Amino acid sequence: MDLYVHPEFEIVRSEKKCIACRACERQCANCAHGYDAASGSMESYDEKCVNCHRCVTLCPTKALKIVQTQHTFRPNANWSNDTIRELYLQANTGGVLLSSMGNPRPLPNYFDRILLNASQVTNPSIDPLREPMETRTYLGKKAIPLVRDANGRLTENLPPQITLTMPLMFSAMSYGSISYNAHASLARAATALGICYNTGEGGLHRDFYKYGPNTIVQVASGRFGIHGDYLMAGAAVEIKMGQGAKPGIGGHLPGKKNIGEVARTRMTPDGSDAISPAPHHDIYSIEDLRQLVYSLKEATGNTKPIIVKIAAVHNVAAIASGVARSGADIIAIDGFRGGTGAAPTRIRDNVGIPIELALASVDARLREEGIRDDISLVVGGSIRSSTDWIKAIALGADACYIATGALLALGCHLCRSCHIGLCNWGIATQRPDLVKRLNPEVGTEHLVNLVKAWQHELKEVMGGMGINSVEALRGNRLMLRGVGMTQEELDVLGIKHAGV
Amino acid sequence: MKKIYVREEWCLGCHLCEYYCANANLGNGDMAKTLKGAAICPCIRVEEDDRISFAVPCRHCEEPHCKKSCITGAISVEGGVVRVDKDKCVGCFTCVLACPYGAVMPSADGHAVQKCELCLQNNTGGAPACVAHCPNRAIIFEEEAEVASA
Repeated sequence: MDLYVHPEFEIVRSEKKCIACRACERQCANCAHGYDAASGSMESYDEKCVNCHRCVTLCPTKALKIVQTQHTFRPNANWSNDTIRELYLQANTGGVLLSSMGNPRPLPNYFDRILLNASQVTNPSIDPLREPMETRTYLGKKAIPLVRDANGRLTENLPPQITLTMPLMFSAMSYGSISYNAHASLARAATALGICYNTGEGGLHRDFYKYGPNTIVQVASGRFGIHGDYLMAGAAVEIKMGQGAKPGIGGHLPGKKNIGEVARTRMTPDGSDAISPAPHHDIYSIEDLRQLVYSLKEATGNTKPIIVKIAAVHNVAAIASGVARSGADIIAIDGFRGGTGAAPTRIRDNVGIPIELALASVDARLREEGIRDDISLVVGGSIRSSTDWIKAIALGADACYIATGALLALGCHLCRSCHIGLCNWGIATQRPDLVKRLNPEVGTEHLVNLVKAWQHELKEVMGGMGINSVEALRGNRLMLRGVGMTQEELDVLGIKHAGV
Repeated sequence: MKKIYVREEWCLGCHLCEYYCANANLGNGDMAKTLKGAAICPCIRVEEDDRISFAVPCRHCEEPHCKKSCITGAISVEGGVVRVDKDKCVGCFTCVLACPYGAVMPSADGHAVQKCELCLQNNTGGAPACVAHCPNRAIIFEEEAEVASA
């Protein structure tokens, strides 16, 4: 007999409000709702509920809510309910625990302990509604010798750059981990906004080549879907060395998701498991990385900036310095709160370091070594709001990557069940009847709204600081003050404590 | 003229359009109070099997079969909208048989027919309830020309 694991959530239905329209039943891919024809009333099966709120959102009479169960083990500050539940699951199955999306543990968030500055008296603040406010951003190598031609004019020898209307991009999510319609929404929104989205490691569906100028194409350890046209299709090529949610391990798209167009786009046999190895089998040193960087530069005729994406781990500053010297144009760092479509729970929750600390130490290290202008710095890993984004830029980031935030705009309710493949919102699934629930028209609109709202907020905050260009905010740590931090934390972040 | 169009590609088969339609035609009040325990009688109906689903509302034909078949002159076209005068309707249901789309149906009381009148006959202010509440924008209210060119 298996150890009994009590359901985590309970479906509460107001009998007074429920009109038994059965929308909840029809919309739940987990089959947590049922209809009893004899009594003409709805039934709930708590054990199947993942708390994705699809039923709650669509219920026309708002008769539903999902609550955390009050059923509890004997309270124990050391052995939490979750810990016991997970242990029982492992005792029942003998398996590695799987999870999705970002680290949910209550570890310190440094963004929340950083406060922003504003102008008073001695320097004027700026009203972004009345005065121009520049957010345009170029990513790529800037440190080049100035060369003049015979007439004394500067020659144009700037290496390739990514041009963005604001320092924000949608980060890598593969076609396979997310649906065709989710990709379509991201691609269309990036194009409408003048920013970039990222293919992730699953290749680029042939329908999306038209969004190429706003696409970053990824080369990961599985090398899925990579060919000459793919590399040339995007605005930049990203080599994925690591992912914040699961540093040090690869990826695994189960065969049941790697079907049809997904398998075709990945150039893998239909229905086969698509496994990305933990390392790139041709990269065992910075010198090897340099070879791949230059191979990709050559393959793209030196027309595309090369991004190297790494997870934020303990020696991230030294690693970033190596990456900068490998010839990469841009380094992307993914913090330990970054999301995933599936990762071993223990790794997601315990491996890596916060992006705030990684960013600050990488920026400082590159400056110390005099190579900061050799490479642009992009960070991601739970940028939750415009102020996380603004703080990251002030800590030294050239741009930020957002993914979880973008998925929330598409309808994701962070139920963290992507790995089950039954996403009721049509995002992290390949089941056709579920995929169609995400109309890219609606998805694109929500993404555009979100990013435009953030851009307005960026301009407002910059205006308050008396800054009229995002260039002047970048690395401007004087605009930041810490609260409730130790001296060591302040030193790593390179900021002063509030009041100082 | 604006009409209701259904895009099968985005229809989820959730049937919510039916409930919002029924509620709109019963006063557009609190749905829980209006529809609790009641059998609904909507003007838009979802057709489905296990692979496909789409909602079917009246197409507001230029030369409606229902109008031609009506023996009392209860069905008329007003500004492109096919409307029913329930006072004139005698409930012979010839129009129900004549409509090739199944978009005219007996009303709940069985004494007259009902059909989609683009929410002009209720108090939603001419903004069709099925369109406003479709969770996936599968039902749209557009000019014919715009839909044809899209």
